Amino acid sequence: MLKFVIARLLQGILVLLAIYAVTFFLVAATPGSPFSTERAIAPEILAQIEAFYGYDKPTSERFFTSLTNVLQGEFGPSAVYANRTVTQIIAESFPVSLLLGSLALLVALGIGIPAGILAAVKRNTWLDYIPMSVSMAGICLPTFVMGPLLALLFGLILNWLPVGGWFGPEFWILPTATLGLYYAAYFARLTRGGMLEMLNQDFVRTARAKGVPETTIVLKHCLKGGLIPAITFLGPALAGIISGSFVVETIFQVPGLGQWFVRAALNRDDFLVLGLTVLFATLIVIMNLLVDIAQVALNPRLKYD
Amino acid sequence: MPLLDVNDLTTHFHTRDGVVRAVDGVSFHLDRGETLGIVGESGSGKSVTCYSLLRLIPEPPGRIERGTAMFDGQDLLQMSPAELRRIRGRRISMIFQDPMTSLNPFLRISTQLIEALQTHQDISNKDALKKATAALEEVGIPEASKRVTGYPHEFSGGMRQRVMIAMALITEPDLLIADEPTTALDVTVQAQILDIIKQRQNDLGTAVILVTHDLGVVAGTCDRVLVMYGGQEMESGTAEQIFYAPRHPYTRALQKTIPSLQTKGQELYTIPGLPPDASKPATGCAFFPRCPYPKNRDPMGERPDLVDLGEGHCWAACGYCDSSAPIESVLAKADEAIVDPLPVEVETAR
Ligand SMILES: Nc1ncnc2c1ncn2[C@@H]1O[C@H](COP(=O)(O)OP(=O)(O)O)[C@@H](O)[C@H]1O
Ligand code: SF4
Ligand SMILES: [Mg+2]
Repeated sequence: MLKFVIARLLQGILVLLAIYAVTFFLVAATPGSPFSTERAIAPEILAQIEAFYGYDKPTSERFFTSLTNVLQGEFGPSAVYANRTVTQIIAESFPVSLLLGSLALLVALGIGIPAGILAAVKRNTWLDYIPMSVSMAGICLPTFVMGPLLALLFGLILNWLPVGGWFGPEFWILPTATLGLYYAAYFARLTRGGMLEMLNQDFVRTARAKGVPETTIVLKHCLKGGLIPAITFLGPALAGIISGSFVVETIFQVPGLGQWFVRAALNRDDFLVLGLTVLFATLIVIMNLLVDIAQVALNPRLKYD
Repeated sequence: MPLLDVNDLTTHFHTRDGVVRAVDGVSFHLDRGETLGIVGESGSGKSVTCYSLLRLIPEPPGRIERGTAMFDGQDLLQMSPAELRRIRGRRISMIFQDPMTSLNPFLRISTQLIEALQTHQDISNKDALKKATAALEEVGIPEASKRVTGYPHEFSGGMRQRVMIAMALITEPDLLIADEPTTALDVTVQAQILDIIKQRQNDLGTAVILVTHDLGVVAGTCDRVLVMYGGQEMESGTAEQIFYAPRHPYTRALQKTIPSLQTKGQELYTIPGLPPDASKPATGCAFFPRCPYPKNRDPMGERPDLVDLGEGHCWAACGYCDSSAPIESVLAKADEAIVDPLPVEVETAR
C-alpha cells in the first residue's frame, strides 16, 4: 500500500511539474504583457517595472527562477494588483471556494448515492422512476441555465433566498445547489447502475440462501461493488466541481477563486495565473490519488501495484 | 414423516414471449439423511425446482403456481418471508453450480463463512471464526487458519466449491441442496467434491438433494433418483432401479450419455435434438419430438400418467406411445425394452 501511494505521489509531482512548465510557457508566449495599460508609460519606467518583476531576463531563466520560488512556496506578487501577493489573494478567496466546493460535493454524494441505492433496490417502482427522471433533467441542464433558473424561482419569485453575495449560510444555498445537484444527478444514475449490477450477481442469491436479510444484502454485499462506478467518477466530478465553481461564482457573485482566475487570465496577471494553476492542479492530483486509494480499498481484486 | 415432501410443484416464468413452464407438477420426497438425485439435461427444470423450494426464483417473472413443499411439517411455499429466512441457511442450505460467481468477491472468506452462523445464532466473532476455520479444515483446505481471511479470488474453482460446502454446512442444516456442484469444475476435482459432500453428509446426518445432468454420478451417490424432462417427472426410483432397470425412454437415452460409460476417444454421445422449449404449451409427452421409439401417439394428446411399478419405482407410463394399452402390456413392453438396446438409430435414420 505504501509503495503504491509513494509511486502515485511521485507520478503526481511529475504531472504538476509538467503542468507548471506548459502553463508558464503558454503564458509567456501570449502576446501583450502584464504591464501594458491604456495609459502611456514612459519606456524607462516600463523597463524599470519589467526589471522589478524579472521580465528583463530571458524566458528560460525566468522559468527556473519562478520554479525555484514556487517550490519554496513563494508565488510572487500580483503583477496587476500591485500591493497584493498571489499568496494573499489565494488565502483570502480559497476558503470561500473550498467551502462552496465541499458543500457541493456533500450535496452531490449525500443526495446522489442514497437516491441511486434506493432506485436500484426499488427498481421499476415510483421510487425508481421519479428520482431517475429528475436526475435525467438535472444532467441535461447545464450549470449556467440551472443557476439563473434557481435564482429566479427561489430568489426573485418566491423571495426565499438571496441571489448574490456570500455573507452567511442562507447565501450558500443557491450556489451549492446549482453546483451540487448537477453532480448528484450523475452520482444517482451511476450508483443505481452499479447497485443493479451487484444485485443481479449470483452471490446475492447465495446470501439469500443463507437467510441474510435484504438490507444486509444491500449494505454489506452490494454497496462496495455498487459504489465503484460512482467512486471512479469522483475524480472527474471533483475537477468538474472546481471548474464549475468558476461559473457558479460568477452567477452568484461569490468572492472565491473562480473570479480571480478569470480576471487573472484577462489581465495577463502571469504570477496569479501560475499560482492558481498550481493550486488547482495540486488539488486535482491529490483528489485523484485519494480516489485511487479508495478504489483499491473497495475492491480486493485490485492489487496495490 | 419424510423430512421433505414435495407435491405438484409448479413454477412458471411469465416472460414477454409467453409462459415458460419451467417446473410443471413435480412431486418427490426425501427422508432424513437420505440423498435424492435430480437428473436431467440442461433446461429440464432442475435448478428451478431447487430454487422454488427456498423461494429463490426471481419474482417476477417467476411465480410458484401450485403445489406444496412440506419441510418437517411446515409448507415452505406458504411461509412468511421472515419464517422462510429462519429456514434458509439454518435448516436448509444450498450450494450452486458456479463457485466462481457464487462467492462475493468483495468480502473475505471468513466474513462469508460466519455470516449464516451470525444470522441465525447468538455467537461471538471469535467463536464464529474458530468454527469457520474448522469448517474449512473439514472440507480439506490446507492452511485453513491462514486462508480463512483471504478473498475468493485467491482460491481456485475447486477450492471455492469446498468453501461453498463448508459455508453451507457450518450451521449443520437438515438438508443440503447441491445444484450441479461439480459441473463447472475440472473432471479431476469433480470426484473430490462429491466425496467431500458425501463424507460431510455422513458426519452430520444431513439429507442431500444432488442435482446433476450425469446419471453416472447418481449411481454411486444417491439413494433415490428423480429423472426430469421438460419440467416434469419422467421416472423415479431407487438408484439401482433407475441405473440398472430404467423403464422410460428418456432415462434410457440419458444412460447412453453417461460420459464414464462411453468408449474413450470417441465423440461423447448426446441425445439427438434440442431440449424442449419450455415456452411452448405443454401437452402430451414432453419427450415426444426426440423419442426414438415408434410413435403412434397424438403429440398433442394427454400427458402419460405416472404409474407405480412397485418398490417405489415410478414412471410416466407412455407404454411406448400406446396410451390405450392396459397397464400389464405396458409393463411387459417396458421389460422388453430393457432387454433391447435403445434403438437410437431409428431417430438418425429418419
Ligand atoms: N429467470 C428465468 N426467466 C425465464 N425463464 C427461466 C428463468 N430461469 C429459468 N428459466 C427457464 O426454466 C427452464 C428450466 O431451467 P433450469 O431449471 O435452470 O434448468 P436446469 O437446471 O435443469 O438446467 C428453462 O427453460 C429456462 O429457460
Ligand atoms: S410417450 Fe411415446 S414419445 Fe413419449 S417417451 Fe413414451 S414412447 Fe417416447
Ligand atoms: Mg441448472
